[in-house]
Amino acid sequence: MTDAALPLRPDAASVERPESQSTLTRVVHYTGMRMIAMLITILIGVYLTIIIANMGGHVDNIRKGYIRETVAIATGQSEEFRNMTAEERREHIDKLVALQEKRMGLDQPFLLRSFRFLWGAMTLDLGWADNMSSDSGSRQVRNIILERLPATLLLFSTSFFMLFFVGIFVALYLSRNYGSRLDRLIIGLAPTSAAPSWFYGLFFILLFAALLGWFPFGGLVSAPPPESIINYALSVLNHMVLPVIAIFFSAIFLGIYGWRTFFLIFSNEDYVDMARAKGLSDRVVERRYIMRPTMPSIVTGLALSIIGLWFGSIVLETIFNWPGLGRLFYLASNIFETSVIVGSTVIYAYLLGITVFFLDIVYALIDPRVKVGGNPGGQV
Amino acid sequence: MTAVRRTLAALSQYPSAVAGLAIIAAMVLFSIYIVIAIPYSEAIDLWRGGEGVWLENPRTAQPKWVNLFPGVNLPETVILGPAGESDDASVQKERQVVSEEMTDVITTFTFDYTADEFPQEISLFLTSEHEQKRPLVSLTWLTPDGREIRIADVTVEGPVTVRFSQEEKLERRLDGVRAEIGLFADPASDEKDPRPLKGTYRLVAAGLVFEDDADVDARLVVYGKVYGLAGTDHLRRDLMLALMWGMPVALAFGLLAAVGTSVSTFIVAAIGVWFGGIVDAAIQRITEVNLILPVLPILIMVGLFYSRSIWVMLGVLIALSVFSSGIKTSRAIFLQIKESPYFEAARAYGAGNFRIIFLYLIPRLIPTLVPGFVVAIPSFVFVEATLAVLNLGDPLLPTWGKVLSDARVNDALYQGNYYWVLEPAALLLISGLGFSMVGFALDRVFNPRLRDL
Repeated sequence: MTDAALPLRPDAASVERPESQSTLTRVVHYTGMRMIAMLITILIGVYLTIIIANMGGHVDNIRKGYIRETVAIATGQSEEFRNMTAEERREHIDKLVALQEKRMGLDQPFLLRSFRFLWGAMTLDLGWADNMSSDSGSRQVRNIILERLPATLLLFSTSFFMLFFVGIFVALYLSRNYGSRLDRLIIGLAPTSAAPSWFYGLFFILLFAALLGWFPFGGLVSAPPPESIINYALSVLNHMVLPVIAIFFSAIFLGIYGWRTFFLIFSNEDYVDMARAKGLSDRVVERRYIMRPTMPSIVTGLALSIIGLWFGSIVLETIFNWPGLGRLFYLASNIFETSVIVGSTVIYAYLLGITVFFLDIVYALIDPRVKVGGNPGGQV
Repeated sequence: MTAVRRTLAALSQYPSAVAGLAIIAAMVLFSIYIVIAIPYSEAIDLWRGGEGVWLENPRTAQPKWVNLFPGVNLPETVILGPAGESDDASVQKERQVVSEEMTDVITTFTFDYTADEFPQEISLFLTSEHEQKRPLVSLTWLTPDGREIRIADVTVEGPVTVRFSQEEKLERRLDGVRAEIGLFADPASDEKDPRPLKGTYRLVAAGLVFEDDADVDARLVVYGKVYGLAGTDHLRRDLMLALMWGMPVALAFGLLAAVGTSVSTFIVAAIGVWFGGIVDAAIQRITEVNLILPVLPILIMVGLFYSRSIWVMLGVLIALSVFSSGIKTSRAIFLQIKESPYFEAARAYGAGNFRIIFLYLIPRLIPTLVPGFVVAIPSFVFVEATLAVLNLGDPLLPTWGKVLSDARVNDALYQGNYYWVLEPAALLLISGLGFSMVGFALDRVFNPRLRDL
């Protein structure tokens, strides 16, 4: 539990390179390698998603619906077909659809078709929704999803930074005051992280919205939305408090527990005693000799917890009526909107991949063994 | 066995672990009891029974113990009749011959009302025995202060349910006030904020029958606002059933998922380390792909497209977790152990690869598996609850997650039905804490580096 697993080891860059190579080339090389690896990983992940989704032929239905819609629109707009009867027009559309399906390769074996859809998914060409539309009226799945993404990113990046900085700060403080009452209290609270964020969200809604009335029950802004930008931002902030606290509360104690334990283990190392014997100040010892070797493990542990947070978002956003990706997924699953479901899953795979990629870069920057930056100083 | 005993002895050093073990033991015992007391099929029948089974329960009633709070005095449900089934003095039935062709069957219900709030609704269930001519029942309400209110006249054909709040004439007679309020209101109290009049109420159901051996039976239900130890939901179902049956389901799901994922992960890691080379590299790459697979969305897709059965979900969840991040941890430990000389000895006597993996490599490391496994159980219990909240719970079984989901869909928090959310949430939290407290202590017992800290 505490020896956090490393999700991705910096294989390529950990090999010692000749000194002649410039730092920039190394950074670019490393980043490029990681990016290619991550793209391949996402590709495989998305492909698996498609295979799972299409076991019942659902993705095919999305594509067929898409074809029918485009053909119907084209026929409806064209002057040539104005004079046709409804019957004739339907026949004509059927013929065009069959032609188009053949052209799109829907009569091909599944293996070939799955690769076509994979390409569509990777380029975010996700098809059309039947019963959902974005607030701006578009029925393209990509627009529907991208419209919801900022709300989710706002919620989760806020919670993430709070978790990271508060967690590190408190963990350091506790490792300094090991065995104190606060230390034991927080360690005792660590098991509470077994419950996901939405679960605490329920309690916070009950307490702060229903009983005390301090914060709204849910939503992004109050209705109607305030006119001025400042009031709008304040309203969003007000609505954000409860979900952010719920995410924070569900992860912080376990995080502090793990990090504190790391700091304690590493502060027992001989070189730390040596540094102290040299007369270095506590702050310098902490920064250079304790934080620096523990940082990589902390970052990877954090990567795993963020991935957990992404999934928790589906229910959390539903509970708080937060108009983000998670709630979109929930709504789509309730009305069986296949294209949006598959599309959101693809986006989730992308989000996870990007998260892991960025943390990988951060990991490389702070891991003393990787030394991509080539900076010998103790900057953390 | 000595290893188990030693572990337990070490665990007893941690008060939190002792508490956690007590919770787990209590849950296991209770689960065994409930599965025997209410068998699987019966539980499903009761839960799916709909309104028919639970007809005489109030809707979204709070648990009875809320009346223990100071200042709370909510009415309990009063169920009276039919006469003869119980020799209760509160239901009296007599026959009066009116003429040659007509007989009056008069049933009088008497009950005391002492609550501070009005009942939820009032219903009278009528049944009759007749051949051709249908009996006519007229209902009269007698309040403690002696007022007499005519309710309705009903012709009884087969079983008839009279819902007082749906009698339009009665509502007009009560000046547009709902029946359950108008019939119980104290005339002296403020019209805008009526208070119930406490005392003895009576309902007289006078049935006029036109045949010699015809008869009318009636059953009065004054629905209260509290019910049982756990309250009821929007379909009048007793929440106790779901709360009790949720426990074995949660335990089974959490336990099976944790065993399935941790054991399979462990075996895969061991195989990778033992064979090394391409196998190991392939397992590592698969783990990296698996890390970015959106598990919950895929579970939801499976639930939507294929099956919502809790056991299918369990299988998919385990399949997606085989190549989880746990592999990296196990791998690191396996790599250390692989160099031990007894593997060479095993190879020297001609042991095959799988013999070595399953008989020598894996057993050595089972202790390191235990803490992670115990900690994983509650997270899987919560996965079930998460799926249920997303409307993807098992369609048949009553579970804690489904209670939470129903509560959420019916705006329980918004409408103040806090018990509906708090009861399953408390059970989830207690069981989660039980397992993770034991798991954390085990982690320290098996992880010597943590023991001094």
